[in-house]
Amino acid sequence: MQKRLFILAALFLLAAPMFAQKYFTRDGKVKFFSDASMEKIEAVNKSATAVLDAATGKMEWKVLIKGFLFEKALMQEHFNENYLESSKYPNATFKGEITNLKEVNLGKDGSYTAKVKGRMNIHGVEKDVETTGTVKVSGGAIAIHSGFPVKCSDYNIRIEAAKVSNISNEIKVTVDATLNPMK
Amino acid sequence: MKKIYILLPAFVLLLNAAPLFAQDGDLLSLLDDEETTDYTTATFKTTRIVNGHSVENVGEGVLDFKISHRFAPLRNGIYDMIGLDDATIRLGLDYGITDRLMVGLGRNSLEKIVDGFAKYKILRQSTGKRSIPLTISYMAGMEIKTVNFKDPERDNKFSDRLYFAHQVLIGRKFSERLSFQVMPTLVHRNLTTTPDDKNDVFSIGAAGRIKLSRRITINGEYYFVPDGQVATPYANCLAIGFEIETGGHVFQLHFTNSPYMNYTGFITQTTEDWFFENSEGKMMSGVRFGFNISRVFTLKKPKGLE
Repeated sequence: MQKRLFILAALFLLAAPMFAQKYFTRDGKVKFFSDASMEKIEAVNKSATAVLDAATGKMEWKVLIKGFLFEKALMQEHFNENYLESSKYPNATFKGEITNLKEVNLGKDGSYTAKVKGRMNIHGVEKDVETTGTVKVSGGAIAIHSGFPVKCSDYNIRIEAAKVSNISNEIKVTVDATLNPMK
Repeated sequence: MKKIYILLPAFVLLLNAAPLFAQDGDLLSLLDDEETTDYTTATFKTTRIVNGHSVENVGEGVLDFKISHRFAPLRNGIYDMIGLDDATIRLGLDYGITDRLMVGLGRNSLEKIVDGFAKYKILRQSTGKRSIPLTISYMAGMEIKTVNFKDPERDNKFSDRLYFAHQVLIGRKFSERLSFQVMPTLVHRNLTTTPDDKNDVFSIGAAGRIKLSRRITINGEYYFVPDGQVATPYANCLAIGFEIETGGHVFQLHFTNSPYMNYTGFITQTTEDWFFENSEGKMMSGVRFGFNISRVFTLKKPKGLE
């Protein structure tokens, strides 16, 4: 009897931390693409941070606006200075959760489609967003890929009439990150 | 005794479950935030205020083509189209070797001067992990006056054509709208106009800008030359103007009292003040219209961009 209880206790000890496991990254890749009639603009940030709680499906992302790298130095300057106003709003964040956690088994290797819902904050404006992404679990790491549109007008990013043919109002954003277990 | 063994697993379960309850807090706060250095950008819109340099550099691999004109004084009115009939021109190319080191070459129509310079950003204004209140740059320039010597009979050497400029630029972006810089400047002339002229001329410059909108700024520049260095009559150079930025172009439209765009020229050879009394005691104005147009070309894509 006593032995059995010990085994039970040991099992709980081992199993519980597994459920509570958190995954993180500091080098997530966030890319965006603007496809306007006159000009195509692309930028990449390779230092997005994210934490995912495997037990609840909750996740948080943070991207430093000044960390976006453009092909042209001047574009980068205008992006920070005129549009995103990065000295005032240094980060873009997302706080949300995987809503179909029953179908996404983060404890088992495999590829899943995850539905994500939460609040996105860009340029100091917070918006409810919903999207889907693929989650690949393999060897204890979780690879996340997602793509979604972001409308400049939704986030109070004003594109003056003269630049409408250079900068698209709808920006395509893709996220690629591999999250590893915390500690 | 048995009770303890029954309670133990429950207790262990609770202990392990505790983090589950704590998850309502910030997940990101679980990562120790690495403090980063945030470098101040766009203290000025371009690498020049009007005639002289700003603390800005062009980015690595960026070529900046500059076309500058200074017209004749406005005072002749419609007769010479407020000075537009006459122009001095400078064509220049600047290139960023790194984000902190740039070089440039230019050709001035006035006195057929070829100028070259190198500018290095020693300190960058920043906040965060590394906090520095100022941007400090150093500019070294050389000018070759290729116009024919005034006195061909004299034993003219090539070195007599050479002029040098050294400048320390100390700038700060006080806010999104306001930037300011001071520039102690030394100009060296191998050959002076008169024997009373000093070869080395020290001056101190000050410049600033106020951003009116995200694309338009008002900017100004003043160089003060202390007495006793330039023997021939001279005036301190003052320039005030607007900057309009449109994507890859920056248009600088300004009023200045110097037709020169090279350092030796606008610091030591400017002769008319904004307002002055001529020899007959009549009030005159030396103000002229001028512009700089800057167009940048990215020759090299930055590293880390696929």
